[in-house]
Amino acid sequence: MKGTLVDEQKFLVRERLDALFRVLVEAGYTIVGPRRQDGAIVFAQLTCADELPAGVRDAQQPGEYRLSDSASPRRFSFANGPQALKPLFFAAHEPLWEAAQDQGRLTFSAVKPARQRLAILGVRACDLAALALHDAHFAHDAHYTSRRAGALLITVNCSHPAATCFCASTGDGPVASAGYDLMLDELDDGYVMQAGSEAGRALLALLPTTAASAEHSNAAGQQRAAAARQQRRLPGRNLQAGLFAQLEHPRWTETAVRCLSCGNCTSVCPTCFCNTQLDEAALDGTQAGRVRVWDSCFTEGHSYIHGVVIRDDTRKRYRQWLTHKLGSWHAQYGRSGCVGCGRCITWCPVGIDLTEEVAAIVGENA
Amino acid sequence: MSAVQPFQVPHEAEIIERIQESPSIYTLRLRFTEPAVHAGYGFAPGQFNMLYLYGVGEVPISIVSDPEDDHLFDHTIRSVGRVTRALANLQQGARLGVRGPFGRGWPMAQAEGRDVVIVTGGLGCAPVMSVINYVLRRRERFRRLVIIQGVKHADDLIWRERYQAWAKLPDTQVFVAADKAGPGWPFREGLVTELLGDAQLDPRNSTVMMCGPQGMMQAVARDLLSRGFDERDLWLSMERNMQCGHGVCGHCQMGEKFVCKDGPVFSYDEIKHLLAARL
Repeated sequence: MKGTLVDEQKFLVRERLDALFRVLVEAGYTIVGPRRQDGAIVFAQLTCADELPAGVRDAQQPGEYRLSDSASPRRFSFANGPQALKPLFFAAHEPLWEAAQDQGRLTFSAVKPARQRLAILGVRACDLAALALHDAHFAHDAHYTSRRAGALLITVNCSHPAATCFCASTGDGPVASAGYDLMLDELDDGYVMQAGSEAGRALLALLPTTAASAEHSNAAGQQRAAAARQQRRLPGRNLQAGLFAQLEHPRWTETAVRCLSCGNCTSVCPTCFCNTQLDEAALDGTQAGRVRVWDSCFTEGHSYIHGVVIRDDTRKRYRQWLTHKLGSWHAQYGRSGCVGCGRCITWCPVGIDLTEEVAAIVGENA
Repeated sequence: MSAVQPFQVPHEAEIIERIQESPSIYTLRLRFTEPAVHAGYGFAPGQFNMLYLYGVGEVPISIVSDPEDDHLFDHTIRSVGRVTRALANLQQGARLGVRGPFGRGWPMAQAEGRDVVIVTGGLGCAPVMSVINYVLRRRERFRRLVIIQGVKHADDLIWRERYQAWAKLPDTQVFVAADKAGPGWPFREGLVTELLGDAQLDPRNSTVMMCGPQGMMQAVARDLLSRGFDERDLWLSMERNMQCGHGVCGHCQMGEKFVCKDGPVFSYDEIKHLLAARL
């Protein structure tokens, strides 16, 4: 079990953060963490602590995302950017198998992803919850499980949630509760650290930490409480019955007028799992690869069947997305498919706010 | 053949025989080229395979042959999309890839000792053809076999001679209707629901298996429920976009159901809440 034991809190001064990188590299990990790229915070490969986005702040609103600089020495003082952990394990382009044709005969061979040993630094609680959902959905998927195996997860509790965040209301944050190997709270002078697994304990033992002082623990606790005060919320934890009772609500039509059906929300959503399979044939016709790529329920092709599109307008597609995300997931995987990360709100080009839509459909308190 | 773990990577199969059933419908009779693969393969009536045409793509197609026919397995296909039109060009001896079998099939065990009522509409008869074959080969295990088929136009009915042959069998009734009859049409003109009254069904001892357009199945279900049938005795074969076959790609979702693995065959009580809206 990860992250369920009560481990002693340690403290690492910021100047020694490189020790964490050194220990991970020596253990054979490829380190992935937040980096500033193209005006956004994304998960990318890291080699040293200096590559972390020091002093970077973000401002997020429906349809808006802006980074700015500050004098703060903090490396994690922003909320999640557009990219979740999703592409690291559920690859956006995943070869599944290959077919070869020779004189009319066909041979097929499985394609496996290259082995990877990832240590992911700066994972937020919402993304840990999303990962647990993907672990359930892809439990029997050879490609996902191969990429996922052995990944070390270092969570950093959110100290600066965005205006679009609502993880407190889904119960998934801002403090990580499970699924991590090591948990960090970032303070002005360093990091309160707590192991959540055997791998995390082993890692922590190799770092030049001291016991966390009462002041450090208190500061971390106050920061956690402050981060839980969020502007947005969902009307309830289980909206399955409420949403399916409102399939003909006029709001679906109103939202469809604004929705571009672009699929941005499904791309940035850490739990959206739809994928489509297609053939990539070699030009000489002797080889064809079957790959899967991310798909979105907002595309016309998603519900295509023998000449008919089942969800033939944006109203049905938005309804499908929301009723699945907040409704059907409960029957499928025992909880809502929304972890409150707010990405779909920030990255919607027309600023459709999921929390506002669902409140309009099922009421403020469902 | 009995149901087995599905293949996730295709195996090569050869077209042993190709039958043109109608201008747009054809049957491919297949065998895996690897004898061990063929020997280890099995399926249940109502399950489907993913057929792969090299360099073109995959398509989910139900298996129409008998599960205990270990010589060949058959797929009856209508040319309607990119892959099925290309598959139509394959001739005897051609090779394709097959993954499967996928899904939950018809409730054959539950139907034993009862009347089996098959209701189909449009061209949707392929998924129940396996049931008809299954019952006819194990006639003593079932009571009456009632086959009710509705088509839009008389020209849409394939296997007309088979319907006429079945009608002559003991304990077997065949009711066929076309919305629009044509010259020489030996059956009735009208909607499939109009045939339900003719069939003198036994609501307490029948298992009903339906396939065809969703609206037609809903109309039949409403009619049968009003005749005193139990929701759990009405079974529907649903169709949705299917790409992976095992509940991962997400296309076949209908509410909380993954049609490819939870179905494609569902009892009415399992999905009645999902049928009204176009989910």
